[in-house]
Amino acid sequence: MSRAWLTILLLAAATYALKSFGPIVLGGDRSLPPRLTRLADELPAPLLAALVAISSFTGETGWTLDARAIGLGAAAIALWRKLPFVAVVIVAAGATAFVRAM
Amino acid sequence: MNDIPQSHRKRILRQALSIAVAIMPFGVAFGIAAREAGLNIYEAMGFSSLVFTGSAQFAAVSVLSDGGSAVTAVLAGALLNLRSLAFGVALAPVLKGSRRFRAFAAQVMIDEAAAVAMAQEEPADRRFGYLAGGLAVFVLWNLSTAAGVLFLGAMDGIVLQAGIDATIPAAFLALLWPRLADARQRTIALGGAVVALATVPVLPPGLPIIAAGLAVALARRRSVQ
Repeated sequence: MSRAWLTILLLAAATYALKSFGPIVLGGDRSLPPRLTRLADELPAPLLAALVAISSFTGETGWTLDARAIGLGAAAIALWRKLPFVAVVIVAAGATAFVRAM
Repeated sequence: MNDIPQSHRKRILRQALSIAVAIMPFGVAFGIAAREAGLNIYEAMGFSSLVFTGSAQFAAVSVLSDGGSAVTAVLAGALLNLRSLAFGVALAPVLKGSRRFRAFAAQVMIDEAAAVAMAQEEPADRRFGYLAGGLAVFVLWNLSTAAGVLFLGAMDGIVLQAGIDATIPAAFLALLWPRLADARQRTIALGGAVVALATVPVLPPGLPIIAAGLAVALARRRSVQ
């Protein structure tokens, strides 16, 4: 087997184990312990915020401040103006591209 | 899924499609990276369908192209994907069902599916959002990977020029936005973002997102005691 296929199969197994722990082990038909349910309720906000922060302000070498920050600011304004989801994404790309072109 | 109002269903499908389209340039970039690492189309597609985790795929392919061993590549990729554990815990309550359904649903436990799901209020909407986001990204991620391998390069330049790399943070922010109306959620979200960024220099990639989740869990425990 090629090194690539060995990597693919092992990595697929490893990532699947991580992906499936919640749904398979916790997601059975028995209900979750109340403590875990409350935790599950409160995890989305910090996890989503962490995704925003990491995808905006980090690059291959760690912290990065670049034109994406402008895009994020533009997206925030678009959201505040209640623009639809697709428009928010386009505004962010447009603002970032504009800054890079200057 | 008949208990989801048509208007919710439309909104969720729009979100799922938008975020799936937003990841396509990265799928193309992965295809190009795989090709440059000497992988053929089958291997590249094997990564995108079986592994199906963007960051882990990029990490593993870059280890392979540097001449690293399969074990190193797997460790690098798996470490990056630890966060899907946290997403799984957050979403377990809405992913109930037969063992077969849960086994299938688990394969699309990725950032984007989790984000679309967590952006919804009702459990049925969350479940629908998870599946819609996961499947939309799965299809477009694999198509764009193939496009990257088969057609080629110069794509990196376009991604930066057109600001396409800013679409993912914008999409995540749009999914977070409704929660920010609530003061408590706003505090939690801000805390999560700060912890994630603060731990970037000291933790391997992927772990700061878990750190953000853990910090909230710990802070809550303290406030309960």
